[in-house]
Amino acid sequence: MSTFYFIAFLSIFFSILVITAKNPVHSILYLILTFFTFTIHYVLLNAQFLAIVNFIVYMGAILVLFLYTLMLINLNKESEPRKSNVVKIAGFIGGGCFLLAIVSAVKAFNGSQLVILQDPNLGLVKNLGKILFNEYLLPFEVSSILLLSAMVGAVLLATKDPKTT
Amino acid sequence: MGLADIIIKLVLVVIIFAISLVIAMYSTYAERKIAAFFQDRIGPNRAGPWGLLQPLADGGKMFLKEEIIPTHANTFLFIAGPSLAILTACIGSAVIPWGQQMTIGSHVIDLQVADINVGILYIFGVVSLGVYGVMIGGWASNNKYSLLGAIRAASQNISYEISMGLSIIALLMVTGTLSLRQIAEQQHSWHWNILYQPLGFLLFIVCAFAETNRTPFDLPECETELVGGYHTEYSSMKLGFYLFAEYINMFISSAVMATLYWGGYNYPGMDWVLAHTGPAIGPLIGVVVLFAKIFLFIFFFMWVRWTIPRFRYDQLMDLGWKVLIPLAIANIIATGLWITFIK
Repeated sequence: MSTFYFIAFLSIFFSILVITAKNPVHSILYLILTFFTFTIHYVLLNAQFLAIVNFIVYMGAILVLFLYTLMLINLNKESEPRKSNVVKIAGFIGGGCFLLAIVSAVKAFNGSQLVILQDPNLGLVKNLGKILFNEYLLPFEVSSILLLSAMVGAVLLATKDPKTT
Repeated sequence: MGLADIIIKLVLVVIIFAISLVIAMYSTYAERKIAAFFQDRIGPNRAGPWGLLQPLADGGKMFLKEEIIPTHANTFLFIAGPSLAILTACIGSAVIPWGQQMTIGSHVIDLQVADINVGILYIFGVVSLGVYGVMIGGWASNNKYSLLGAIRAASQNISYEISMGLSIIALLMVTGTLSLRQIAEQQHSWHWNILYQPLGFLLFIVCAFAETNRTPFDLPECETELVGGYHTEYSSMKLGFYLFAEYINMFISSAVMATLYWGGYNYPGMDWVLAHTGPAIGPLIGVVVLFAKIFLFIFFFMWVRWTIPRFRYDQLMDLGWKVLIPLAIANIIATGLWITFIK
């Protein structure tokens, strides 16, 4: 339990650093550390597959692309856009509302009742695969179609319209 | 787990670290000797007999050189870059099974540091993390050439990781497990996976070249275009770390290729040898066989480097996205059909 509190503290600490860091590249590096603490959380929950996939996909691929984009666009600090005060206030109110919604959702969920998994080894690759391809086959396939449509959309946006060229 | 087991594990960890560092050190010597052989030269021959002490001399030089940190560089990240590169290179060896279980007296010794049941994915994760060392170092140098090298490294790694993952998926369909120990055990005597996955191995080795930044894919440090690439600003042992990390990566990826496709520590007639040498010496012969395979792969890495010129960057991307990924997907489909109808 003390490990959990320590890692949870680190997660929150790094995520605060993500939004307070002045330099966007430092921000991304803190985000990488935040995702690393998430990986440790998954290991603590005995969800090994989720942990390693989080490690490969988020830390190893998505954040590399984030860093890649930032390195390309943020070459000098002067060109960084300054946000006006209206945008800052609007962002603050929006974020506050979101926080309120999350807190009330957690309250309504009644988190004091513990959810006990029937199979504590659910997170191991073999069990997870069996459940995904038997019990939850339809939602699994539907979500894969969602990803496919996102991919097709990205390709469509990237290709030039033959009429305009 | 008793105290004796913990001590055995610690000793194993130290031995594996020492072996990877020594192999990385002598890979630099081997590379120079092999390059000399290919170009009809003699190579290093001054320090010690046949120049065998050359790596020590190089290491001493690296440590004693002046350490320069550019004034406009980000100091912390500038140091973190090479440290991260060598860290990610070293932790990959934790899940590789080096040999069968050894029995000395009443002790059963696993010649593997950690047998986690997502072994392959762990290796894959470590490989994907390796690019951060290059990216952070290249960006923190605050130099345009370094930045271009870092960006090249990032896009190259991301592109080739996809086909590497897809080629591993076809292998997993054959083996049915993610644990490297079980994969190695399935290839007992001569049932090596290369017999079932020749195309998968070809894809894997091409991607391994790209992931370790070796020629013909060494565009992040292409000296004709980018001075020194991502390590242009580095000097002394920080440069040494980057170069060292490349050789350790080469060693680890050779070990992974040998374990996944070429039978690991297995060899034809191993049962007979094991029965005649006993449970203490027999597994050690397997370890020797595995290292022989690893050295062959390291030699292959060097052979390619001194034979083939490097790609142009668009050719590299074309090969990754338009050739390797479709081939890898076709390989998965063919493997599926083979499992369904023939096996």
